[in-house]
Amino acid sequence: MTVVYEDLGDEAGEAVPIRRIRFSINGKKMVAEVEPRLLLSHLIRRGLGLTGTHMGCDTTNCGACTVQVDGRPVKSCTMLAVQVDGREITTVEGLATASELHPLQEGFKEEHGLQCGFCTPGMMMAAKALLDENPDPTEEDVRWALSGNLCRCTGYQNIVKSVLWAAAKLRSESAG
Amino acid sequence: MTQALDEIKIGGLGASRKRVEDDRFIRGKGNYTDDITLPGMLHMEILRSPLAHARIKSIDASKAWDIPGVHLVLTGEMMATRNLAWMPTLSYDTQAVLATDKVRFQGQEVACVIADDPYIAKDACEAIDVDYEPLPVIVNPKQSVADGAPVIRDDKENQPDNVIYTWEVGDAAGTDRAFEQADKVSRLQLHYPRSHPSPIECCGSIADFNRATSKLTVYMTTQAPHIIRAAVALVAELPEHMIRIISPDIGGGFGNKVPVYPGYVCSILASILLECPVKWIEDKTGNLISTGFARDVYLDGEMALRNDGKILGVRMRCDADHGAFFSDAQPSKFKLGLIHSAFAAYDIPVAHLMARGTYTNKAPGGVAYRCSFRVTEAMFFQERMVQAAADDLGMDQAEFRRMNFVRDDDFPHRTPLGFLTDSGQYGKCLDVALEAVGYENFRKQQQEARAKGRLLGLGISTMTEPLGAGNSREYDILGIKMFDSAELKVHMTGKAIVRTGARGQGQGHETTWAQIVAHELGIPAEDIVVEEGDTDTAPFGMGTYASRSTPVAGAAVAMVSRKIRAKARKLAAHLLEVSEEDIEWELGRFYVRSAPDRGVTIQECAMAAYSNMPDGMEPGLENTAYYDPPNLTWPFAVYIVTVEVDPATGVWDVLTTVAVDDCGVRINPMIVEGQIMGGLTEAYAMANMQFITFDAEGNCIGSNYMDYLLPTAWETPGFELHSEVVTPCPHHPIGAKGIGECAAVGGPAAFVNAVIDALSGTGVRNIDMPLLPDRVWEAITYHRDISGAPPVRTDD
Amino acid sequence: MYPSRFRYEAPRSLDEAIGMLHNGGDYAKVLAGGQSLVPLMKLRFASPELVVDINNVPGLDYHRADPDGTLHVGALCRHVDLEHSELLKTYQPTMAAAAPLIADPIVRNRGTLVGSLCHADPQGDWASVVMALGGSIVAQGPGGRRAIPIAGFVTGPFQNVLEPDEIAVEAVIPAAKGMRAGGYLKLERRVGDFATVGVAVAVETAGESVTRAGIALTGVGGSTIDASAAADALVGRPLTAESIGRAADLAAEAARPRTDHRGSAEYKRHMVRTFVTRILGRIEPAQERAA
Repeated sequence: MTVVYEDLGDEAGEAVPIRRIRFSINGKKMVAEVEPRLLLSHLIRRGLGLTGTHMGCDTTNCGACTVQVDGRPVKSCTMLAVQVDGREITTVEGLATASELHPLQEGFKEEHGLQCGFCTPGMMMAAKALLDENPDPTEEDVRWALSGNLCRCTGYQNIVKSVLWAAAKLRSESAG
Repeated sequence: MTQALDEIKIGGLGASRKRVEDDRFIRGKGNYTDDITLPGMLHMEILRSPLAHARIKSIDASKAWDIPGVHLVLTGEMMATRNLAWMPTLSYDTQAVLATDKVRFQGQEVACVIADDPYIAKDACEAIDVDYEPLPVIVNPKQSVADGAPVIRDDKENQPDNVIYTWEVGDAAGTDRAFEQADKVSRLQLHYPRSHPSPIECCGSIADFNRATSKLTVYMTTQAPHIIRAAVALVAELPEHMIRIISPDIGGGFGNKVPVYPGYVCSILASILLECPVKWIEDKTGNLISTGFARDVYLDGEMALRNDGKILGVRMRCDADHGAFFSDAQPSKFKLGLIHSAFAAYDIPVAHLMARGTYTNKAPGGVAYRCSFRVTEAMFFQERMVQAAADDLGMDQAEFRRMNFVRDDDFPHRTPLGFLTDSGQYGKCLDVALEAVGYENFRKQQQEARAKGRLLGLGISTMTEPLGAGNSREYDILGIKMFDSAELKVHMTGKAIVRTGARGQGQGHETTWAQIVAHELGIPAEDIVVEEGDTDTAPFGMGTYASRSTPVAGAAVAMVSRKIRAKARKLAAHLLEVSEEDIEWELGRFYVRSAPDRGVTIQECAMAAYSNMPDGMEPGLENTAYYDPPNLTWPFAVYIVTVEVDPATGVWDVLTTVAVDDCGVRINPMIVEGQIMGGLTEAYAMANMQFITFDAEGNCIGSNYMDYLLPTAWETPGFELHSEVVTPCPHHPIGAKGIGECAAVGGPAAFVNAVIDALSGTGVRNIDMPLLPDRVWEAITYHRDISGAPPVRTDD
Repeated sequence: MYPSRFRYEAPRSLDEAIGMLHNGGDYAKVLAGGQSLVPLMKLRFASPELVVDINNVPGLDYHRADPDGTLHVGALCRHVDLEHSELLKTYQPTMAAAAPLIADPIVRNRGTLVGSLCHADPQGDWASVVMALGGSIVAQGPGGRRAIPIAGFVTGPFQNVLEPDEIAVEAVIPAAKGMRAGGYLKLERRVGDFATVGVAVAVETAGESVTRAGIALTGVGGSTIDASAAADALVGRPLTAESIGRAADLAAEAARPRTDHRGSAEYKRHMVRTFVTRILGRIEPAQERAA
């Protein structure tokens, strides 16, 4: 790949610290050269072009940017891209396989768990972390696990139903 | 034997069809404005004022220009040379694009930087030196009109003070007489606090001026692309046909994405100057501190009552705080929107409303936040006043409402403030709600609990509201009438595409408009694709807000489908070799009345339109309809909430929330319920935690999500929804009424009334929203009403 | 939303990290969880020149108890580890009560207790908990390790006594001499909110008597408040409605709340009193707990 950028002179270039990082994103191994101040969410959205991870606030509240790093959900707007050196990132684009949607994705559609769709990827990534740990959550467990993700459209009731739908499907898949 | 298709199976009216939109959103393949990248695109950041009111002595951007990667720095002075420092608002006022003489609210746009990436643009913003001279600050209407108050809009000629308008509706003399006859007068004063629609996605635009073609394309988070095109043509003085506004997927609107914001204008000018795409995406602070706020109206209301509970008349005085610029997006004839729709559900002989709007040093507006232009204020004031009146009379809350309701056989009903409500079964809705919440039982439990020192409360809110602005006789925005449109093209294989002038932001239009076509034409909904949002392809419409799309654009979809069906009937007659009078229709099929087995499907008619037309008929099966609604639609709702209040802390928990919504025919019940739950959540949020306030210096408290509180799944209660009562709209082609905002409009009063009810016996009549724990505790402890108006109390 | 430029290092040992801080110039910050630092940097309220990321230093993500019950919480022990900790649920009721109330579930995956203490936000929850338990910070610098009692650790909002080339490597909670009881109550308007008022109570009992007590307050002063007079009033006697009431009053007196958009000073004092009463009131008599 060829990268072309404007020559701003040697002085300008030296002032900008760059680090090379290696990571895997949805199973694919990548290398990137980034400024330390680049946020992980910007690496994902702009550097990798994976725009399914959204940004909705500037105080780490809304959770629309939730992804998984080494299997744990994090708010990607509050992590520096350089911090994923040597780590595995999973985003919403990595939920489905080539042929099948993840039960969470199916559940959100079945139970009308989304309206504008903006909080949805973050919600699903947070819900996935819950189901990875607790395959049979109660409604209260779901609401607690999602209390770091804001939604303005749905009122959460159908989001809870969506997650419980997915949990049931995952349980029956692993039983069958 | 009928061969009509099963309407539910093909996804027609009443089918809870799964949403078409979901397929891309669940995969993370939505196409929101910030997801879009154009070749050569630069990035814009805005520098905002830290002060609420100050003269600008100088702006020095030299250090910003020197930063590598910076392409352009815009200031008010530069905009002024192009006549772009000020722009018209949707309410016939002017608004600063970039400040020139003064800043008039904290967060106002002062300069902007366009650079290679937003990090550099932000660095450059920080390098701009602005020298401010602070001025005294005004944070509420009382201060606006006080003696010696500084004039905020000294930029305007003929603006000697801070009053924007006064407005009056109804019969003053008749209302005075009613009050003279009254056995009792019930009075209530309260403040509906400043709020913000705050969708999760912020506002933004990508302006792309192509010098080679002279065409300006703007991707924009807008709920009303055609209005924007017209506004841009006016403001940028570009020919309208060379402007293309594309509204891609929107991450929530709620009215926030209707106005024209300075950021859009700056990105457009920057693109023209730099001849490349310029992207501006605001951050949450910019969104909360500067874009369309909502509410912020004070009420002084009085109700004239007869001892038996009959309401004889209503008086309302409303003081509206519009911030620094009057930029309400609302029909031009009504200075404070449709606030005079208050009390439409009640049979009241006479009423009088006076409104005054003032300037303050706060963000400009306000917008219709999930409401039909101030109807949230109207219905909140109404149900709070009704609660107080019933209490003052010692009457049961439900029965007081019921005896004053407009009766089922009294429609169409003219309200004392000039509206014509269409249909309803108010008493039946109330019955359903009272039964669902177990009203009698609850009152018993409440009494028993009180004896043990536990405070349970029940709050009712009942209302009908005007949705679907609106008829051309009375409704326009900047003179443009508020019709809407739909274009339907049926292809030769019987598949179709619908485009409308609406622009959904999560309401599911791609799913529901197809259902209307399926209902009218029998084409399965999955064979119909829906597109909205591109002014080059969409027929002209006034956009989606104020719950107007089903009433107006949806009606247009039905009407254009009927035009198509009328032509298809002619094609059917031609194919079946009979005359049109012998043709009957059943879902999906025309047949010969005298020989029902002889028929043709709608798909066969479509093919014929391209391959086998009768002589003299224009080929093709495509048409457009523009719908000027004859009236507004009037859904009715009853919301009942029960709560328990902890007197030691002031914290209150919701026990039950029951919603009975009669919005006429429901196109997609699943989607309608989703809208109601969303609205109830915003109602809960406003009643419990969500507001913007200011300190005495005009510092905005509520400009980020640490201070502007949205409830999470943990706090938000569960909802019990009822759809038993269906009263079709008599004038809507498919009998539907609007619904998207009803719960946000009627809901807040139910929550507040419940808490006030829990406190009955303490003498507390009002606590301003949000009913934060400290306010509730203070009310209980000191037996006094609590006001929440700014400025925030401090120790001094 | 965009931090200013800085240099970044990711050392793989404590010595390396300390060396980097030592040579790093005037303004360097240690990055652990980042859930407090990164938000500040995004708003440009903090603009360090050098960020030293210690997430790759092995052996810091523990929390464990010595045989005598002394608790050690490593610098990279995340809030979520404490939230799910059986050790805490059994032996550290005050900490166990506070852990689920820190921020929100996603932030708890990254944020650390030690980082929270070093960040020294006056509205930080852990600071009250550790103060009520009489804990300390262990700092390591070029000259070796030292223990700093929490009471003297914070010198002002967002300021602590660490030298520029010192890193906090663990928090230590001293062993209990009696049976532990206590809790943490936080008035938050929604999950993730800062405390309007937070109260940490930690008592130890032997038989009927309280042998040790600590009460600390969040959000009702310019920094965490050590309500030592209130705690002292509990020691040497059983917990009775009277002694609890006295402690609650003294704690309310120790509070220095301000009237603001979260409520009046009077309300906040009242909440201190209410929370102290509730936490102490829920402690069961000694025999029932032991059973």
